[in-house]
Amino acid sequence: MRNAFCNVLIEMARQDERVWLLTGDLGFSVLEPFAKEFPSRFVNAGVAEQNMTGVATGLSLSGKIVFTYSIANFPTIRCLEQIRNDVCYHKANVKIVAVGGGLCYGTAGFSHHATEDLAIMRALPGMVVAAPSDALEAAQITRLAITTPGPFYMVLGKNNEPTVHANPPMLNLGEPLCLNKNLGEIALVSTGTLVSEVLRAAEMLKSSGIEARVLSMPFIKPIDCEKFLQFLDGCRLVLVVEEHTAFGGLGSAIAEILAEASLDIKFVRIHLPEFINFIGSQKELRKMLGLDAHSIANRAMTLLTKN
Amino acid sequence: MTIKLSEIEYPSNSLDLAQQIRIHAIKMVAQSNSSHIGSSLSMADILAVLYMDVLRVDPKQPDWPERDRFILSKGHAAAGLYAVLALRGFFPMALLKRFCQEGSLLLGHVSHHVPGVELSTGSLGHGLPVGCGMVLADKREEKSHRVFVVLSDGECDEGSNWEAALFAAHHKLDNLVAIVDANELQGFGRVDEVLKLAPLAEKWRAFRWAVREVDGHDHQALKTLLNQAPFEPDHPSLVLAHTIKGKGVSFMEDQLAWHYKSPNPEQLSQALKQLGEKR
Ligand SMILES: Cc1ncc(C[n+]2csc(CCOP(=O)(O)OP(=O)(O)O)c2C)c(N)n1
Repeated sequence: MRNAFCNVLIEMARQDERVWLLTGDLGFSVLEPFAKEFPSRFVNAGVAEQNMTGVATGLSLSGKIVFTYSIANFPTIRCLEQIRNDVCYHKANVKIVAVGGGLCYGTAGFSHHATEDLAIMRALPGMVVAAPSDALEAAQITRLAITTPGPFYMVLGKNNEPTVHANPPMLNLGEPLCLNKNLGEIALVSTGTLVSEVLRAAEMLKSSGIEARVLSMPFIKPIDCEKFLQFLDGCRLVLVVEEHTAFGGLGSAIAEILAEASLDIKFVRIHLPEFINFIGSQKELRKMLGLDAHSIANRAMTLLTKN
Repeated sequence: MTIKLSEIEYPSNSLDLAQQIRIHAIKMVAQSNSSHIGSSLSMADILAVLYMDVLRVDPKQPDWPERDRFILSKGHAAAGLYAVLALRGFFPMALLKRFCQEGSLLLGHVSHHVPGVELSTGSLGHGLPVGCGMVLADKREEKSHRVFVVLSDGECDEGSNWEAALFAAHHKLDNLVAIVDANELQGFGRVDEVLKLAPLAEKWRAFRWAVREVDGHDHQALKTLLNQAPFEPDHPSLVLAHTIKGKGVSFMEDQLAWHYKSPNPEQLSQALKQLGEKR
């Protein structure tokens, strides 16, 4: 996913001289090709994210399209006020890229778990928030980040995530994707690399004779509500699965849409607890916390029989 | 000497300009019952010299691409900046009356929605990093306009400035000029008592900036110095301007209270008298 991002960035930078990349001293074995091809548009700003974000704003106020790159919470929460006051208020063309969404850096511990980022970024004025599910979505969203004026946040996985799409999907800003055309009465909704678990859960359900729709939400903000609700047509249960706490992320966004649409639809979430006091690989943590395909399928099954 | 321009007298030298900045800032703050008059008075001479004799800007085209950039990082001193911008013709003087009033464009802290303002500020420690970005963009395109950032001394408590200080020196941003309005007072005490910055000039030097100290109320010295920047090739420039908070109004000078207080009518007329207002 990281490489898909970097490759597209290089491709776009060849066509558009305004594209710059700043990193907060991270990107070893990922960003070198960009740095090599565009040394005058690449800066390692050091371990100084507040300054990096301010510099990105200054560059963009001088006409550049600037990506800031770091991992987990460093390009977002560490410099939150710079993002709010400098980037957002000035509608600056700054594109924030965080590598290692959710529990990607599972064993690294609490400091490296990006589990509130969607909520916090979503709260910022004018900010687009995107979480691609696989490398193909990441490539498309990187292009969109460049062509969409203003602040943009994209959270990526790391490496070798399972692919969700066989072919590059058609992505428009804010549009959800329906990954399987069926009319099952339950919709499984997710974002980021967790979508692949949800897809596998849907396959498991299918083998038990249950049809489940799978919606991938590459955008948490904005969300094309009309399109989203169309995908739910005839559905009686929405199960949102998120590698994020319960506060303000995808689940919250969808709860808001459903409440405002006054639909007679049951809404359930699987989300992370606020504190995770043990470590593990992302795969193991997902299992322990009920976010792996098996747990998701079981939960869906229980919900369908109960309701 | 003043030039008459459609009824309004626009100052034509930095001393007159500084006097007018002070007069208008005090009126604005009094009218709106707002704070930070000491902060505006402390930097009035610096702004006057910059806008009269240093900055290449064009009030008729505030977005002129070749302009020098000015960032007021101590955004709480908005009254002073708005006054100088109006006095240089960036927007009508009449607008100053709307400072800090309901529904007004002139917010209590510096806003980029006002013509001539490059960056909204108000949270301390934001201006210098953004200034670095502006200089970096120019430098890599071999353009030569300069970026001036005015900081307060209390603001130097903020770590973001020191991140930017490292960055500017490393990238040899010699078109960056930071001016510290060192009035030795901050929000809730004296700089020396709250969080010692001394030796401040040495700190900036240690961060590999070319540092010059100046009396921040001496127009001739400011003019000479600011027009010399960059002081050393390949180094960003730091002007440590020693100032007096509240400068120009005897009872406001060096008084913490005037970071907060707004003059009552009596204090206002006394202040205006001291500043030699004619009308
Ligand atoms: C990040 C941040 N923290 C706190 C404040 C509140 N505040 C406004 S001015 C000020 C200190 C004023 O002293 P100084 O920075 O030296 O500026 P001066 O007015 O003396 O020029 C403080 C703490 C702020 N604006 N931004």
